[in-house]
Amino acid sequence: MPESDNIINDVTSSEYKYGFISDIESETFPTGIDEDIVRLISKKKGEPEFMLEWRLKAFNHWKKMKMPDWAHLQIPPINYRDIIFYAVPKQSAKYESLDEIDPEIKATFDKLGIPLEEQKKLSGVAVDAVFDSVSVKTTFKEALSEKGIIFCSMSEAVQNHRDLIKQYLGSVVPYTDNYFATLNSAVFSDGSFVYIPKGVRCPMELSTYFRINALNTGQFERTLIIADEGAYVSYLEGCTAPMRDESQLHAAVVEIVVMKDAEVKYSTVQNWYPGDKQGKGGIYNFVTKRGICKGENARLSWTQVETGSAVTWKYPSCILQGDNSYGEFFSVAVTNNYQQADTGTKMIHIGKNTKSRIVSKGISAGFSQNSYRGLVKVLKNATNARNFSQCDSLLLGDKCGAHTFPYIEADNASAILEHEATTSRIGEDQIFYCNQRGIKTEDAVGLIINGYAREVINQLPMEFAVEAQKLLQISLEGSVG
Amino acid sequence: MLSIKNLKATINGKEILKGINLEIKEGEVHAIMGPNGSGKSTLAAVLAGRNFMEITEGSVTYMGKNLLELSPEERAHMGIFLGFQYPIEIPGVSMVNFMKTAVNEQRKYKGLEPLSSGDFLKTMRDKMTFVDIDSKLTGRSVNEGFSGGEKKRNEIFQMAMLEPKLAILDETDSGLDIDALRIVANGVNKLKRPDNASIVITHYQRLLDYIVPDVVHVLYNGRIVKTAGKELAMELEEKGYDWIKNES
Repeated sequence: MPESDNIINDVTSSEYKYGFISDIESETFPTGIDEDIVRLISKKKGEPEFMLEWRLKAFNHWKKMKMPDWAHLQIPPINYRDIIFYAVPKQSAKYESLDEIDPEIKATFDKLGIPLEEQKKLSGVAVDAVFDSVSVKTTFKEALSEKGIIFCSMSEAVQNHRDLIKQYLGSVVPYTDNYFATLNSAVFSDGSFVYIPKGVRCPMELSTYFRINALNTGQFERTLIIADEGAYVSYLEGCTAPMRDESQLHAAVVEIVVMKDAEVKYSTVQNWYPGDKQGKGGIYNFVTKRGICKGENARLSWTQVETGSAVTWKYPSCILQGDNSYGEFFSVAVTNNYQQADTGTKMIHIGKNTKSRIVSKGISAGFSQNSYRGLVKVLKNATNARNFSQCDSLLLGDKCGAHTFPYIEADNASAILEHEATTSRIGEDQIFYCNQRGIKTEDAVGLIINGYAREVINQLPMEFAVEAQKLLQISLEGSVG
Repeated sequence: MLSIKNLKATINGKEILKGINLEIKEGEVHAIMGPNGSGKSTLAAVLAGRNFMEITEGSVTYMGKNLLELSPEERAHMGIFLGFQYPIEIPGVSMVNFMKTAVNEQRKYKGLEPLSSGDFLKTMRDKMTFVDIDSKLTGRSVNEGFSGGEKKRNEIFQMAMLEPKLAILDETDSGLDIDALRIVANGVNKLKRPDNASIVITHYQRLLDYIVPDVVHVLYNGRIVKTAGKELAMELEEKGYDWIKNES
């Protein structure tokens, strides 16, 4: 009916509110990538020889690779010669005290609701703030170090915690892993590093906030989290970028190592600039996230709320190596206008009695394409492996697409694998029911969407759950069906 | 309060309402009866603001305003409540959240501050007792997994929360057993005030054993063909709708 089409067109039209540009002088490298650029990055960061070697191996490997084309995505060719691979705010270095930080940068994070002053902290959250290619400030470092927890930028970790870096960097995502992870290995500029010692329960949420500001730069950050035996940590990352007509590349790597009896919860609220309503601009988000449950009873949980980026290519995965280890993946992926998302997870069952659970909620609106792609793999020795997968798609309007690509490979007959999938629309009936109770159509959509995504939102730490709810609503404003 | 004049409406080109005239004053309870397909639910839908039908002629004035120009939510803010014949399920949305949003939207319209969570929950508890509804219902998602009877009772609960000026109950009695029917009717009776009104749409007379209407209308083939006091309902129950059909 024509009326419902009008409603559809009305509700998906809000502006991206993090799209401002901060006026900060930055020092950038020449565009393009070659061996000299890789050397320069390593030198700039004063890295030890083994890091440079690793980067160069990655770079030489990358030169022989081709961009993968198996995802359900249409991406124009990326010209790596036009990308600036390293940009740092001038007068950089890591800031020891707040006063040294460029006020513009501080203002930027304030505007984003990420206070760098510890007294104004988000309740119980320590933040590492990454601006373009470098980490500018890590809060609560001292408080954490009393417990032996290391939470710092990757650059600092390379300097101060070499043994851990040598041992674990690339141990979950090797430099040969895939096109984007390999590129990241060669040129990654910064990111966060977390180490939780044996038996320590991290007393606060750890969080990294990524901000791309400079024009034509790519952001390549790398995060490494190690939870030693019996440790626990909950970690959250958030991301935004200015509105620009040119697309920008973001190719990050996250590696997580979970030892015996340890638990890591990793949450993402991804809100990179999604491009405008005609699909111009926006971040190309190619991310490799993987964790390994190394020891017995290790637990790893991924939660993601993906609302931003023009293109999302991301499959946070769990390698369940330890016996009785447990992996989870909770995802809400929202695409609107011309956004494309191809996202999901891989659960690799290696140990005995390993369990995994997948809850994926896709929401598509406008002309967007939203795909779930997942692999559940049970190896020969993984006796009594269990997986439960639930993949739901919600469509708003009739010009978008939702796709599901679940793959299952089971080499052990004792495995029990379940998969459920649904596709639904927001009904006119539901909206009218809300309208009749005095609830505006936009708010009704917000309610319904949040209801649909509740199972996933509930996994987020409290403060961020509220933010995520708002974000879902804003991302879909103007897209009711 | 409500004045409907010569209202005509079509669905996909087919005329369903063929000139309805109806006057409702404060404090009145009107029953609209009629056989299936006579246009009862269409009339309710027009009043609530659904858009699947086209209004071709006539006017509807509510509290001095042209009702047909108002959006469904504006109508709700002005006190129109529709008890749905088939209440809609909204998975994952808790009744508490749903009702709180609805109540606060209404308060916003009236220029009042939103209720605090504490006050809201207290009101909710009071109303649950008032209409004799199980508190378990409100702990769940909106109508999700509710039985037919629970859904209808939930409509009455929402009505109690929103305190409408004009309640339109569209076959609220259908699919209810006698106990549920009594609870629903009881709720409607308790919510009756001198300054509000209700339209009770029903196919059967039995609801009117519990809700006593001031006026009974018989809707047949898109027109109100008979209007009388509550004794009309009894007569209909006795003689069936054929009697009306033959007369008209």
